[in-house]
Amino acid sequence: MSDRSESEHIVKSYDQELSRLRGLVTQMGGMVEAQAANAARAVMEHNAMAAGYAVQDDLNVDNLEREIADFAIRMLALRQPVASDLRMIVASIKISGDLERIGDYAANVAKRSLVLNEMAAPYTLSGIGHMCRLVQENLKITVDAIGEDNAERALEVWRSDIMIDDVYSAIFREQITYMMEDPRNITPCTHLLFIAKNLERMGDHATNIAETVHYAITGSAIPAERPKGESGFSTNRSIGS
Amino acid sequence: MAVTDQAKPATEALAATAPDKAARIVVRDLNFYYGKTHALKSIKLDVPDRRVVAMIGPSGCGKSTLLRVINRMYELYPGQRAEGEVMLDGMNIVGPNVDLNELRSKVGMVFQKPTPFQMSIYDNVAFGVRLHEKLARAEMDERVQWSLTRAALWDEVKDRLKAPAAGMSGGQQQRLCIARSIAVRPEVLLLDEPTSALDPISTLKIEELIDELKKDFTIVIVTHNMQQAARCADRVAFFYLGELVEVDAAATMFTNPKERRTQEYITGRFG
Repeated sequence: MSDRSESEHIVKSYDQELSRLRGLVTQMGGMVEAQAANAARAVMEHNAMAAGYAVQDDLNVDNLEREIADFAIRMLALRQPVASDLRMIVASIKISGDLERIGDYAANVAKRSLVLNEMAAPYTLSGIGHMCRLVQENLKITVDAIGEDNAERALEVWRSDIMIDDVYSAIFREQITYMMEDPRNITPCTHLLFIAKNLERMGDHATNIAETVHYAITGSAIPAERPKGESGFSTNRSIGS
Repeated sequence: MAVTDQAKPATEALAATAPDKAARIVVRDLNFYYGKTHALKSIKLDVPDRRVVAMIGPSGCGKSTLLRVINRMYELYPGQRAEGEVMLDGMNIVGPNVDLNELRSKVGMVFQKPTPFQMSIYDNVAFGVRLHEKLARAEMDERVQWSLTRAALWDEVKDRLKAPAAGMSGGQQQRLCIARSIAVRPEVLLLDEPTSALDPISTLKIEELIDELKKDFTIVIVTHNMQQAARCADRVAFFYLGELVEVDAAATMFTNPKERRTQEYITGRFG
């Protein structure tokens, strides 16, 4: 995520290693995007095969995270990077950690979708569908920002996470209502709540990545406090998590 | 957890480096010429008291020239002249009427290659002191021991003070040169690539020593080793083609330099 317009290193293999590292991170980003898409399809279309893919991909994502960490540590040891190179390499380690978490949540959503498919649920999935779209969109912009060295796009993600939080909050209230209406709804509604919570966490990790990308490119943290979901929601959040 | 007025966010505490003390050396509008070659261009630099300032930059950028201006060594060569101000204790080092003996007792210098005199370890350290002060034997013994101790050499040589200095290892010789420089109790210590001729362990010993010495002395070091600048210096100044491009806290310079040329140089993109 160093400034692309920079000239090349005197040592060519250093540039090659940096671009390989960047390649690994964007590759991992692409994998996690696919995982999120499969998880969304699993829930929205009751697609068990898509759920299977999302779960299986988790292993590949984990392996890639390990590869990125090993490669980054090797570069830190052998190149002793500074300035933008150092920020980019450390960012890669952090980003791959966040991507791995997003992948975990996607796999979790997929697994719950299989359980949910067996149940008669009182609710519509439109709220979850909306959340899936927002999360996938933010994830895509984040991965693009990594590939393009674009701090502005990273900021976009960072600002828009509040929408995901708001939809989550709405789903939370909706499900509570269903559960109060009829205790038989509790099991499916709880599964759905966990799915929503996982999606909300995916959004948060995408935001973390956006912050890391911004730092790697500009050298400074995003200055303001991140806009959060509606007030009073923190109590709901602790129940829902 | 109670929040007191004194409490500061962790990030702030981490970002804070030791606050700079008042400047010991103040360089203003300094221009330097080797004949017609303009080697330093309008340099403005503050060297804080009892801090380490590292000067980095590609060969020929002017960093060693500035070091040689600070103890007025350029005067030994015809055709070299300095204009501007380099203030030390209210004295303009590059101005007229400077007592060179006094200046060089205030500003010690250590060179790239160890330069022990062809005499005993003891006499190497005592040599400069004898030029400036008349000390009784016991006092001189004390001064030699103090200097060698401060230079982290005493334990290694205390049993062979009368042995010739030439018999020491390169790293020991360099520490002897540092001991010799500090024996006259200067205010400022100039180090011109002091470890470039040394093995890694000797290098680390000198770096550790620099960290110790800054409690008593103001230190300016020229180094080609970026990691060394990062490890030793409180502030780092980057020179390029006779200009001071950027000066900042070492941590800032190596994580987030402001100037593009600094960034490209320290990351190995030119130089």
